[in-house]
Amino acid sequence: MAYILISDDSVSMRRMLSFTLAEANHEVMQAGDGEQALELAKQHQFDLVITDVNMPLLDGLSLVRELRALPNYRYKPILLLTTETDPEKKQQARSVGATGWILKPFNPDKLLAAVRKVLGY
Amino acid sequence: MAIDMAEVQQLFYEESYEGLDNMESILLDLEVGAMDKEVTNSIFRVVHSIKGGAGIFKFDQVVTFAHVAETLLDEMRNGQHVVTQHLIDLLLNSVDVLRMMLGSLRGEKTFVPEEVAACQRQLEAVLKKNQETVAAATTPPEPPSVAPESPPPLPMATKPQKTWQIHFKPYPSLLKTGNDPLNLFRELSNLGELTVTADTHALPDFKELVAENCYLSWNLTLHGSVEHNEIQEIFEWVEGDCDLEITLTSEVAPISEHSTASELSESATESALLESDTHLTTATTVEIPTTLVATESPQIVAVTTVPQDSLKIENSPVVPVHEENASVLVTSLSKVQTKENSSEKNNSLNAGQQHNTETSSIRVGIDKIDALINMVGELVITQSMLDQVGQSFDAARIIQLRDGLAQLERNTRELQESVMRIRMLPIGFSFNRFPRLVHDLSSQLGKKVELKLSGEHTELDKTVLEKMSDPLVHLVRNALDHGIEMPAQRLAAGKPEVGVLKLHAFHQSGSIIIQISDDGAGIDTDKVLQKARKLGLIHSEENLIEEQLYELIFHPGLSTATQVSDLSGRGVGMDVVRRNIRSLGGSIDVKSKRGKGSTFNIRLPLTLAILDGQLVRIGHDIYILSLLSIIESLRVNPKYVNALAGRAEVYKLRDEYIPILRLYELFDIPATTTKLEEGLLVIVEGDGQKIGLFVDELLSQQQIVIKSLESNYKQIQGVSGATILGDGNVALILDVAGIIQLFHHRTNYLTRHYPAMPSSHAATMIM
Repeated sequence: MAYILISDDSVSMRRMLSFTLAEANHEVMQAGDGEQALELAKQHQFDLVITDVNMPLLDGLSLVRELRALPNYRYKPILLLTTETDPEKKQQARSVGATGWILKPFNPDKLLAAVRKVLGY
Repeated sequence: MAIDMAEVQQLFYEESYEGLDNMESILLDLEVGAMDKEVTNSIFRVVHSIKGGAGIFKFDQVVTFAHVAETLLDEMRNGQHVVTQHLIDLLLNSVDVLRMMLGSLRGEKTFVPEEVAACQRQLEAVLKKNQETVAAATTPPEPPSVAPESPPPLPMATKPQKTWQIHFKPYPSLLKTGNDPLNLFRELSNLGELTVTADTHALPDFKELVAENCYLSWNLTLHGSVEHNEIQEIFEWVEGDCDLEITLTSEVAPISEHSTASELSESATESALLESDTHLTTATTVEIPTTLVATESPQIVAVTTVPQDSLKIENSPVVPVHEENASVLVTSLSKVQTKENSSEKNNSLNAGQQHNTETSSIRVGIDKIDALINMVGELVITQSMLDQVGQSFDAARIIQLRDGLAQLERNTRELQESVMRIRMLPIGFSFNRFPRLVHDLSSQLGKKVELKLSGEHTELDKTVLEKMSDPLVHLVRNALDHGIEMPAQRLAAGKPEVGVLKLHAFHQSGSIIIQISDDGAGIDTDKVLQKARKLGLIHSEENLIEEQLYELIFHPGLSTATQVSDLSGRGVGMDVVRRNIRSLGGSIDVKSKRGKGSTFNIRLPLTLAILDGQLVRIGHDIYILSLLSIIESLRVNPKYVNALAGRAEVYKLRDEYIPILRLYELFDIPATTTKLEEGLLVIVEGDGQKIGLFVDELLSQQQIVIKSLESNYKQIQGVSGATILGDGNVALILDVAGIIQLFHHRTNYLTRHYPAMPSSHAATMIM
């Protein structure tokens, strides 16, 4: 099991994520916007960060950029939740240092598969 | 997956509605012309979230529609559109369509596919992307963003066995995105039999080695019923950060279910050959074959030793192929089963959805919760303090006890206040719908109206707020329809062209006041009078003072609009408005000035759960009257009491005759006194009628927490609820309107049975 930070401004999405991850025995912490997520990431040592792209205060891409600047998160997997299928956006995600992305809408199995893929368990 | 989908779904609805309300108000504030990027972004997020959520619940129509709207908003935030009124209206229309779709999913509204299609067409028409597409007439429209379900795994027998050769050369920076080649290989090994060979050619000298860079590259051989896209998918996230070549080296025709071991081992040998080939050609390689038993989590051992000339590590023996194959078969079967399970679950979910629509929830600000937790914390401290006092109590500690109890009292009161605050919502929740309503109505009526909201933060009970919603809408519509004049008329009357409609809320001595005022034509008293006479409400010779005239508009059947429009209805409104407000324990009145406008004042109690009560004693029992219903209390002067036929009594109070009701008689309980002059008369008003209640004594006034009698016992006429007093006794809360009704039944009964009393006389007295 891993310690995972999820960041999304939609409560139902956060609920869905935390439910699914908790079912797979992960410990989950939630943030409602990018700034909150960054703050939490500084206070805790997460194994994985899953974040939405469109968020108030600090958007997902900027969050990834900020996280990558922190020594503790230089190599930590960070997954973006996105509805974009545009290759340009994906390139943008990679360039700020995102590990990968999960296309919304996702089903629980897909989410867990992606988590397994980056965590190795 | 045991997720409480119904709960998440409920959350999704609430959130979506909230988002749409928000989007609507932003759109209404939007200026034609330039556009703030942050503003567009927040609208975008609303639609985006709805699309995302709807996708989870497989509300495909919502997803498709939201996608089109989202595309437009995306173009807008990228500055591809200039905001026009048309665009705003279009997006407002989209808000309505989304509301309608969500409403129909909850079973609250009917789904109108034409509306969706029409709105979607309009949205698509303005899309820049589509315009380009049309011009180019090449690229097909973007595929729906619903992630395609991966097709159910085909039975093993029909899939060909393939051997893939993968060359994977990450760029040095690959690790910086948090991607780990090891994880990729692990994923690959889930697809089939994998052999990994690392190429350490590019490793620099130890001195030059940058620990953060990736210098290795790999050659992988994957054997199994694997398709190209499956491999591609695994490398999806590192595309662009590496050189990747995937080549098919061999393909074995579909093997039958009864595949022979020889066939399988043949292909195994093949890959083994390939493996040895690579081994031969590259001198300095680290070879890492891996075990591939799918039932266990595969282990890949990474080799991090600084390579010497040549190093070969055999990690594990060659896997018995048939075993792996069998386990894959099992996995695919179980996958099919899971799929069936989940679709079953979906069905039951849809069925369960119906029951869930009724549950309502409340959003509470975190500050309120924090206050509550603080309060509970203090309560715990007080409790432990009292506990200490109680453990070794003597007379010397009495002061401590008193302090403790005083603190407990304060804690309890504060706790009560905090808990009550949870139910309180800012009236802005109700006001927020009006900008849209006014926007739509004024353009429909051809009037120009400016809406001014103030006091949106005034909080009131959620139930009151919900029940006030319809009356407020009605009043606003009335003001627009009957109050504010057409622009030309206004100009002719020397008023500004744009009318002003104000909604104002504020606290006043324990009540909430909501004011709805307009600067329109005001109430035409002549017309009201004329109509009232026609309806026979007043006698033609009767002269009414202004206030009485205004009262008339709350009478059923009175509407002053010469032409009844479809907006404010047929005069069924104002009486219903008043009734609704009264049922909440509130009141409404109106002030108006010809040519200047009208103001409606609504007074509401802060909450329905607590009332300001007056305790009264009748015999040994204590009853509670709502302070709001009490007009005055007085000591009876026997001179002014008129007894009629020894049965019905009236009291002459100034110019009025007020019927007296002896409560001890009504409830059939022993009283301390039956002489009116020894008790008190409490004049109360309910349903517009006054009555004098005879009680023994007035006790204290206090806040009363209302407990439902209906849910704990049953409904009783004349009693609206009960409460528990400080001494633990239950006291009944009297319902004044109900008691007046009871009184009428009784006097009617008396009139019928004691015809000595002239009935016409009795009737005039009761009023």
